[in-house]
Amino acid sequence: MLANYGYQDGSGEYFITVDTEKCDGCGDCVNICPARVFEVVEEDPNDPLREEPVAMVTPDKRRKLKYECNPCKPSVNRPPLPCVKSCKAGAFSHSW
Amino acid sequence: MGEEKKPEFWRWTETNWVNPEIDWKRAKFLSVGIDVGSVSTQAVIMADGEIFAYGNMRTGSDSPNSARNGLNFAMEKTDMPESRIDSCIGTGYGRVNVPMADRTLTEIACHARGANFIYGPQVRTVLDVGGQDMKAIQCDDKGRVTNFLMNDKCAAGTGRGMEVFADLLGVPIVEVGERSYNVKQEPPAVSNTCVVYAKSEATGLLRKGWTTEEVLAAYCRAMAERIYSLVERLGVIPEFAITGGMAKNRGVIDRLMPMIGLEPAKTQWDSQIAGGVGAALFAFALCQKGKGKERKPRSA
Repeated sequence: MLANYGYQDGSGEYFITVDTEKCDGCGDCVNICPARVFEVVEEDPNDPLREEPVAMVTPDKRRKLKYECNPCKPSVNRPPLPCVKSCKAGAFSHSW
Repeated sequence: MGEEKKPEFWRWTETNWVNPEIDWKRAKFLSVGIDVGSVSTQAVIMADGEIFAYGNMRTGSDSPNSARNGLNFAMEKTDMPESRIDSCIGTGYGRVNVPMADRTLTEIACHARGANFIYGPQVRTVLDVGGQDMKAIQCDDKGRVTNFLMNDKCAAGTGRGMEVFADLLGVPIVEVGERSYNVKQEPPAVSNTCVVYAKSEATGLLRKGWTTEEVLAAYCRAMAERIYSLVERLGVIPEFAITGGMAKNRGVIDRLMPMIGLEPAKTQWDSQIAGGVGAALFAFALCQKGKGKERKPRSA
């Protein structure tokens, strides 16, 4: 499942997509994110019959991604994002 | 002092229904799904995976009470005692406040499952336009979510926005759809990024001499554009089904569908109960697994 967490507002689209087929719930992203945007839950609330751990964006950060992720996204010389880099399975992508 | 009486233009009809063909006494499992949304609450009772009864009413300011009232409303026309319920799942925006729920699930999972049931397994894209958020969901033939997108950051393009406009223009909300087509020429859309901006824009247009119907048409178009931007981002795979209260508003849906280029799936059921149906189906699945009565700790 492609889980798009985030929002769209007057200034643009701010979504982090987690490919839950690729995510194995290892939790590397949880510790590496300076804004603590991710958490690993034992059961995906959007796919309750799967019953396997999966990473998701914490509910209180979902409406603030534009600001929470901002420090990792300088306007020039943008390095690879820590969350995207940390995920060996390549489960993350950002929409902006 | 005169008594002030203000008509409530936003108020929509609350309904409950019971299936006369189902005898609950013969059912092996009775499962309940309660969808406490930001604007409306639905409680759906299913007997062995078939809809037995439902109630659809307005969410009050107190979520636990709304869940209770919703369930009572659904049971009103039945003689089923509440103790007979095997499993209950809460969903929706106020799901953490459903006291009788054995567990909670997100409305995304429930709407996909519910749409799969009420519109049929051929549905691949579900658009839920609710009271304060909207969700675009892609699902498989079993109603399992494969891709979803939700916008709950602001209420533009949602039912709440429509209520604000109905109230501003003094048009009963159930008439908004029809009356928005009562215009000589389709006006351009108002702001589609914010209800408050759109409202002040509409006030300006009324002052300029626009008719109520023209302003309604402009707002319905703005909402359709707003909804389309979400749907476009996710992508549409036919069949396309719309759940939630907005599915009943022709003014928005008939402006949205030409943008998408499809016809929406049709159903005999109330589009607002999809989330509750999905929750009741999950509750039924829990019963079948033998987890019905086992009280799991609640998770958000």
